[in-house]
Amino acid sequence: MSVETDTPERARPEPIQAVPVRHPGRWLAVAVIGVLVAMFVHLLVTNKAFNWSFMVDEMFRPPVIEGVRGSIALLLTSMLIGIGLGVLLAIMRLSENPILRGVAWVYTWFFRAVPRLVLVILFGNLGILWARIEFGLPFDRQIGALFGVQDFEARLFGFTAVEILTGFVAGMLALGLSEAAYMAEIVRAGLQSVDEGQTEAAQALGMTRAQILRRIVLPQAMRVIVPPTGNETIAMLKDTSLVAFVPVSTELFFQLRAVGSRTFQVFPMLVAATIWYLLLTSVLLVGQYHLERHFAKGFGRSERAKIRLRGMTAETGGRTGEVGGA
Amino acid sequence: MTEMTAVQPDATAPGAGPMVRAEQVHKSFGPLEVLKGIDLEVRTGEVCCLLGPSGSGKSTFLRCINHLEKINAGRIWVDGEPIGYRERGGKLHEMREKEVAAQRRSIGMVFQRFNLFPHKTVLDNVTEAPVLVRREKKAAARERAAQLLERVGLGDKLGAYPGQLSGGQQQRVAIARALAMQPKLMLFDEPTSALDPELVGEVLDVMKDLARDGMTMIVVTHEIGFAREVGDSLVFMDGGVVVESGNPREVIANPRHDRTKAFLAKVL
Ligand SMILES: Nc1ncnc2c1ncn2[C@@H]1O[C@H](COP(=O)(O)OP(=O)(O)OP(=O)(O)O)[C@@H](O)[C@H]1O
Ligand SMILES: [Mg+2]
Repeated sequence: MSVETDTPERARPEPIQAVPVRHPGRWLAVAVIGVLVAMFVHLLVTNKAFNWSFMVDEMFRPPVIEGVRGSIALLLTSMLIGIGLGVLLAIMRLSENPILRGVAWVYTWFFRAVPRLVLVILFGNLGILWARIEFGLPFDRQIGALFGVQDFEARLFGFTAVEILTGFVAGMLALGLSEAAYMAEIVRAGLQSVDEGQTEAAQALGMTRAQILRRIVLPQAMRVIVPPTGNETIAMLKDTSLVAFVPVSTELFFQLRAVGSRTFQVFPMLVAATIWYLLLTSVLLVGQYHLERHFAKGFGRSERAKIRLRGMTAETGGRTGEVGGA
Repeated sequence: MTEMTAVQPDATAPGAGPMVRAEQVHKSFGPLEVLKGIDLEVRTGEVCCLLGPSGSGKSTFLRCINHLEKINAGRIWVDGEPIGYRERGGKLHEMREKEVAAQRRSIGMVFQRFNLFPHKTVLDNVTEAPVLVRREKKAAARERAAQLLERVGLGDKLGAYPGQLSGGQQQRVAIARALAMQPKLMLFDEPTSALDPELVGEVLDVMKDLARDGMTMIVVTHEIGFAREVGDSLVFMDGGVVVESGNPREVIANPRHDRTKAFLAKVL
């Protein structure tokens, strides 16, 4: 026999009115942080070395804006190379063909081992290797000689190295190729995070491997791929400052430093650089937020992206610290 | 594709012979031999229930039928076509990926864990393969998908994502997704094992409905009631071989083999 539970006449109990737990530690922390913030603001306002009006005047001048444009162009192209090639490398790493797997592994090994700063300088000097870069059959002259043809050449096309492999293209290649190695690992982790059952179900429906990758696995992997790619993009934005060593001059940090050394106002221009990078990074974060929300569809976790966005500013410390050496 | 049936004398033209024929199917994973010579015949329109203890190789055999697993020896024909291999000049040739994919189109499969595409809505789950693989027009595919979903009782869930559905609803979407490819054979691998007891019935009802419509089905299941009521044949597997097979009602009432008896005693 069960006890009767529906007793409508029973009064609803009074809401609980307990004394909440006090958090004196929190108040202490607020006080300490308050003092520190006040000290910082005081420094910003009173220290003449900031020279705010000069900084604001200079940081939006045409050459600096050119530099911003150059940095963004470099960021976009090198990330495009990085992501495209990274996806390709990840697929190669997961392929059944041992040669493809090996090639992808060696690539990743090389480009992760060499610091970006070194790569950038290296690519800037590749012109030393070849005066002209030509694409054609290897050993064409030797093969020609074998058949008794003198000066047999099977060149498809070529260009002068110093024209192409300097400046922007060299920087873009160095950054993009290096990024591909990191992206390959990220994409691989993403692809592997997708349940095997997804591939099986798609196979059972008669889809081919390419169709499964494009329509089923990659879209789901994106959920795992996008957040670290956001970090990579932010790290790359900062690493664009490395191309000053190629050398490339249409780049944000180079331009700001040039102003700084020309006017003997180095410090305000460093602050200007900080502000510019903060601004650009914030724009990237908004983009990342929307991408994450898009690929969270069906997973009921769009809330997570919002939380990430809030937490991101703390994480934006990039991988490479080489900028400091500039 | 008909010329290969001429080469293979015991496989008759599509439609005339059995829907599925397996002959001495062997399958090993490394040193572990999972299937040790399976013989099986399923006629068109037949519902064949596959029973057996865990690890006996039921799933593996089912997956061999649509070439999700490569067999090491023996043959499997579906509707007269040898699965995964082509015979030319007395030699077996492995099929290309595209050809295997083409064979799989006419074989539907339903998994224990549903395996719906979580990033697509219910409707898109069902239309994906018809549009992508069968090159159906989007509008036509949508219309048919809506009909199929109506048929499995989910006409009101077209826009939902799989994550928003109960297990039973997800499995019914999975059945609709497989049916959208207009298969001539349906494989079910323990379709109700991952479901709460009160949701099992709704999925079994859909399967019964399919059986009544004359679909050829191979069902791996522990639902003895379903086997008895709907099954045309029952195959009991253990240790990678077929131990006993026959009319479900007879086998369940009078198992001849000790292993069958022991198994039935446990699940009944
Ligand atoms: N991909 C694989 N690699 C190695 N071993 C496997 C693989 N797939 C299955 N096996 C093994 O093959 C045997 C049969 O597995 P299978 O899944 O076919 O059994 P089952 O009859 O479906 O069992 P259950 O009722 O638990 O689903 C098991 O011992 C399993 O461990
Ligand atoms: Mg199984």
